[in-house]
Amino acid sequence: MIKSVDNRAWFLVLPVFALVAFNAIVPLMTVVNYSFQDSFGNNQFFWNGLGWYQELLDPSSELGGRFFAALGRSAAFSLGILAIEVPLGILVALCMPRDGAQLAIGLVIMALPLLVPWNVVGTIWLLYTRPDIGLFGWLINAVGIDFNATKNAAQAWFVLIAMDVWHWTSLVALLCFAGLKSIPDAYYQAARIDGASRLAIFRYIELPKLGRVLMIGVLLRFMDSFMIYTEPFVVTGGGPGNSTTVLSIDLVKIALGQFDLGKAAAMSIVYTLIVLTVCWVFYTVLVTRDSQTVERPEVPS
Amino acid sequence: MSRRIIFYAYLVCLMLPLYWLINLSFKANVEISTTMTLWPAVPTLSNYAVIFTAPEWFDGFRFSLTYVALNTIISISVALPAAYAFSRYSFLGDKHLFFWLLTNRMAPAAVFALPYFNLYSSIGLFDTVWAVALAHCIFNVPLAVWILEGFMSGVPREIDETARIDGYSFPRFFIKIFIPLIASGIGVAAFFCFMFSWVELLLARTLTNSKAISSIMTRTVSASGIDWGLLAAAGVLTLIPGALVIWFVRNHIAKGFALGRV
Amino acid sequence: MAQIELVDLAHAYWTHAEPADYALKPMTTTWRQGGAYALLGPSGCGKTTLLNIISGLVTPSRGKVLFDGVDVTGLPTERRNIAQVFQFPVVYDTMTVFDNLAFPLRNRGLDRRAVEARVREIAGLLDLTPDLSRRARGLGADAKQKISLGRGLVRPDVAAVLFDEPLTVIDPALKWELRSKLKALHRALDVTMIYVTHDQTEALTFADTVVVMHDGGIVQSGRPDELYDRPRHTFVGHFIGSPGMNFMPAQVMAAQAQVGEAMIPLARSYPALSAGAKLAIGIRPEHLRLSAHGEHRARLERVEDLGRVRYARLNFEGHRLAALVPEGEPPPSGPDIRIAFDPARIHVYADNLLVGEP
Repeated sequence: MIKSVDNRAWFLVLPVFALVAFNAIVPLMTVVNYSFQDSFGNNQFFWNGLGWYQELLDPSSELGGRFFAALGRSAAFSLGILAIEVPLGILVALCMPRDGAQLAIGLVIMALPLLVPWNVVGTIWLLYTRPDIGLFGWLINAVGIDFNATKNAAQAWFVLIAMDVWHWTSLVALLCFAGLKSIPDAYYQAARIDGASRLAIFRYIELPKLGRVLMIGVLLRFMDSFMIYTEPFVVTGGGPGNSTTVLSIDLVKIALGQFDLGKAAAMSIVYTLIVLTVCWVFYTVLVTRDSQTVERPEVPS
Repeated sequence: MSRRIIFYAYLVCLMLPLYWLINLSFKANVEISTTMTLWPAVPTLSNYAVIFTAPEWFDGFRFSLTYVALNTIISISVALPAAYAFSRYSFLGDKHLFFWLLTNRMAPAAVFALPYFNLYSSIGLFDTVWAVALAHCIFNVPLAVWILEGFMSGVPREIDETARIDGYSFPRFFIKIFIPLIASGIGVAAFFCFMFSWVELLLARTLTNSKAISSIMTRTVSASGIDWGLLAAAGVLTLIPGALVIWFVRNHIAKGFALGRV
Repeated sequence: MAQIELVDLAHAYWTHAEPADYALKPMTTTWRQGGAYALLGPSGCGKTTLLNIISGLVTPSRGKVLFDGVDVTGLPTERRNIAQVFQFPVVYDTMTVFDNLAFPLRNRGLDRRAVEARVREIAGLLDLTPDLSRRARGLGADAKQKISLGRGLVRPDVAAVLFDEPLTVIDPALKWELRSKLKALHRALDVTMIYVTHDQTEALTFADTVVVMHDGGIVQSGRPDELYDRPRHTFVGHFIGSPGMNFMPAQVMAAQAQVGEAMIPLARSYPALSAGAKLAIGIRPEHLRLSAHGEHRARLERVEDLGRVRYARLNFEGHRLAALVPEGEPPPSGPDIRIAFDPARIHVYADNLLVGEP
């Protein structure tokens, strides 16, 4: 669609701009301000320049080591859940019935985890996986594996990833399902006539159509999983030890636990920049794809 | 047929943790901590009785639902004109503005927790529904703009032009003609705003003095340990608003997740 | 390559449909090997259903589909050796044009050299050679539909190629070119082609046999000139020709037809018309002469000038008729004119069906 140029459109955007700027800019400035200062407590601050940043980005320092360890854990968590949720979400979408009562019930059940408050998600998985009172923990122990997520780091990671998969795979699946529904029947008929195998249908018809929604899904899941705080806080509290201390948890520990505002602020800025960079790449790809597929409407859906 | 089996297996995996939560909520703590039973041997409503007789639980629900509703209304009403601008006009800095808006959806809440506390304390809104409702706008407004823009771009421009020729003023056109056309998009955006505001905990807890339902749940931790049954019952109750919303939109879920963009 | 027979075929989209609800009414037809057929009819007459039954996308409620005498009714599409081109371009976006064309061949395990040769041949015929290495995603609707056509034509062994209104999305100028290209391809490849369309020009220029469908049934099939000169059903007369055939309810007595007050002589007598039948006579606009010496009076309503030809719109005994104004003659003037019918060109219809030679 060709848009007309009209700068008066700014008036329409103004309320959004004002509201978001109020919420974003003032706090961001506060964070930036803190990140260049140090404090002896009692609200006395002095200029620290790039000191915190230098320390933060130096893996040999205490703060830097801690930061990179947490960053690595966050990245591993995001990659881990994406590697499971995206293929699983596609698989579930492909297996969903196309219509009827079964679909309606399925959709309701699938949407349910998405509307569970995040601390309750943590609570549910805490109750589900504890070896003493949880069904899952009890079952695993019953088959002879010693399972206790509060003691074993690998098991703690397993619980966190299983929880996120439980929580969010439906989002990917529902996005993919919507994408699959938009493929006209003629594509499947043509593929049958061309003698395409099931795999080829997926590879050449379904996957290309899913490209767009998958980008959206991966983007949303990356943002939210990289920032995840509440759920691991409730389930593992970052433990055992620091084994599940992802960036957000570490950040809150530094800021509110130790009240090291300068360190926490510098960490926040770097953290935000990482998220922004990754998202910018995604966004650019998404927008470029869009502009390539402008002449879509030749196929009515 | 194996497809159906995979699908149902997935649904069962989704339901099991929820079932366990519900199961525990009907058990007394004695039963929870001493025996492993797949359903309550001695079903009890005592956990729920505690919640329904304590006013702070009820107030917590009311408080949370109020800020969620306020946030949804605010987000949608400011996002509507903005989404229209993005879908219909090209203007100075539009692409940068759009990306900047989206970046706020990406900003980690943990980063902003403390500055938010300072900000909302200084303007005297701390511990009110308005603080949370406004704070949640930072991620819901960009999302609403983005979803609505998708739906609006699906409405042909000719409609705008016809209305102008028919002598509609812009506000009248927007309210009388355009909004009904994208009603489903508004529904989808409202659903997502409700969802993200309802499930968020960190900001809600930071900006209130333990008034949100999510913070009240932490009260189940006492000196004598965690009251598992009470925790489970509270968890079950927090599922209800979400479940109700899903039930009302059940026929639109599939279309809604297309976000008007597929 | 095959002869396709449809035996006592009928289809309803509901399981317990009454005969009146049938999307396809019972029919038995044969499509000979190498023919160029057009399936012509208005939207909703069942042509796409019939096409999908032949290709196997739809299983008929009853009856059989035979390819060279072999019953394929129960076989799925992919085992029927049928190619089909759809109304809207279906291309594999992520593949190159070459891979798109090669796809049906590779799926059937042809070796690389054979694939390469065949793809290049078809691409050459469709003028796609310069685009072969391009990705299909970026191409326009025209090029995409050419790829769809190419994928339909690329398999050398198909029993038939089915086209479901394939030129709907194509630019009018290119439409004409592609249609003649298809005709040339038909000659070059010697393959049965069935072309579904609601556009009579497309049907008449493409096909050597036109099958006209109406309301779920085949009303006539034959060469284009047969359909034009001797429509076997009033629907065919209406539908083919622009404007269509003139029809007037009439009483037929021996070798005369009475329309209103007027008595129109016929070429022969019709003695054996059943009493209760609804009778009508039909005549093409060009066989209705405007002549000062004509024996019938009519009122001229207006003259339509279509550039190359002109038609006079008349009111004759309360019926609206169209008549061709011969080239070079001045348009008739005055509301009251005289007309003459060519008796040899008048057809008599009983209950919409042509009354044939005795």
